[in-house]
Amino acid sequence: MRLLTDGPRTFAQHNAERGFVPWQRFSSRAALVDEVLASGLRGRGGGGFPTGLKLRAVTWRGPVVVANGCEGEPDSHKDHVLLSRSPHLVLDGMLVACHAIGAAEAVLCVHAGSPLLAGLIRALAERGPDANRIRIVEVPRRYVASEESALVNFLSGGDARPTTTPPRPTERGVDGRPTLVDNVETLAHLAIVARVGAEAFRAGETALVTTTGVHEVPVTTRLADLVTGPVLAGGYGGVWLSASRTGELTVAAAPGVAVFRSPQGCGLRDTAGILAYLAAESARQCGPCMFGLPAIAGDFAELAAEVPGHALERLRRRLPVVTGRGACAHPDGAVRMAASALDVFAAEVVAHTTGAGCTDAIRRTA
Amino acid sequence: MSALRVDPIACRAHGLCAELLPEAIDLDEWGYPVLRGGELPAGLLADARRAATACPALALRITTGR
Ligand code: SF4
Ligand code: SF4
Repeated sequence: MRLLTDGPRTFAQHNAERGFVPWQRFSSRAALVDEVLASGLRGRGGGGFPTGLKLRAVTWRGPVVVANGCEGEPDSHKDHVLLSRSPHLVLDGMLVACHAIGAAEAVLCVHAGSPLLAGLIRALAERGPDANRIRIVEVPRRYVASEESALVNFLSGGDARPTTTPPRPTERGVDGRPTLVDNVETLAHLAIVARVGAEAFRAGETALVTTTGVHEVPVTTRLADLVTGPVLAGGYGGVWLSASRTGELTVAAAPGVAVFRSPQGCGLRDTAGILAYLAAESARQCGPCMFGLPAIAGDFAELAAEVPGHALERLRRRLPVVTGRGACAHPDGAVRMAASALDVFAAEVVAHTTGAGCTDAIRRTA
Repeated sequence: MSALRVDPIACRAHGLCAELLPEAIDLDEWGYPVLRGGELPAGLLADARRAATACPALALRITTGR
């Protein structure tokens, strides 16, 4: 069963096409959690954590389900497309998650002022009383606001900024209550697992990927069949992959972070631009992130612009120092991305630092 | 077994910790502590406690177990 339909469906059409969630099969929560474990479903927000284990981790009273529809990644549009084309599948998934952890309350988070709001409110209104436990919350549009602890903090009345973890939200989340935070694509898959069972899910498992547009593809699809040349896989905090690596990897290697971008000309210049963005999006709470990312972005800008000097040496020294020293993984992702660019674009690095000249600039003027 | 941890949000780069515990803490170029990592040798535990108490931001912690 696929996630995306060719257009929005009413609740009645949705149920007619997909059938109802067979709640009677899951009269015991444990049976549902076991089914999810057996499905092998992993989080599609980037973490890749097994969803069944996460469901099992939320065990005490008064839990909350949070559906994360605030796609933080500027190049990723999969959650937006999912929520606009198949809102009822996501809402189904939220109710399945509520049942699995015994939650009476669920929150669907989308960006403040999102064009999705009208459709989501309409979809909720169509569903009758079972959806009364779901409310929609608008979250500020910032890169790190979609980070799990930032969402939980915001929903508890604080800032949409990451907090120092642990505790994990599954132990102490919204208002101190155990909280299941799942990406909306994960929840939509959960709704499919509940309908078709673990085995059929595994056999037909798909993922939403963003290349130039959003596509739903089997997780067995090779990356090279989706994109050509070296690509940035996983979005701004992902890694650059050489063309030969994309021939080896499938979408299953990183289903939740399937955002791909080809360099727009010189890969080093592209990386410098992304680093500048990430540095500006630091929540400015942790020193290594607040000072380290702008320093690294500056070094990369010099390298990209072929400024004579020691930018490359500084990068090699600074990149390892920043990793693991923020409260959230924001700086780690930026550093990983920058380091992978130095590897994949090694030839360009040589050209930029030896005076041979940027190959893209040479190509363009030729 | 004990280990050091810095709360990166609370830390204000006062640098006191590195002064009191140079055996286990360096400062990066921006003045923020870089922990050598791994287990804290038993001989350093008393100094580590002193450093944690001295941190004006209460950002330096000693974790025990796990
Ligand atoms: S690591 Fe950066 S983005 Fe994350 S909480 Fe600290 S300052 Fe904010
Ligand atoms: S003494 Fe405290 S605030 Fe100062 S650098 Fe060390 S951990 Fe940070």
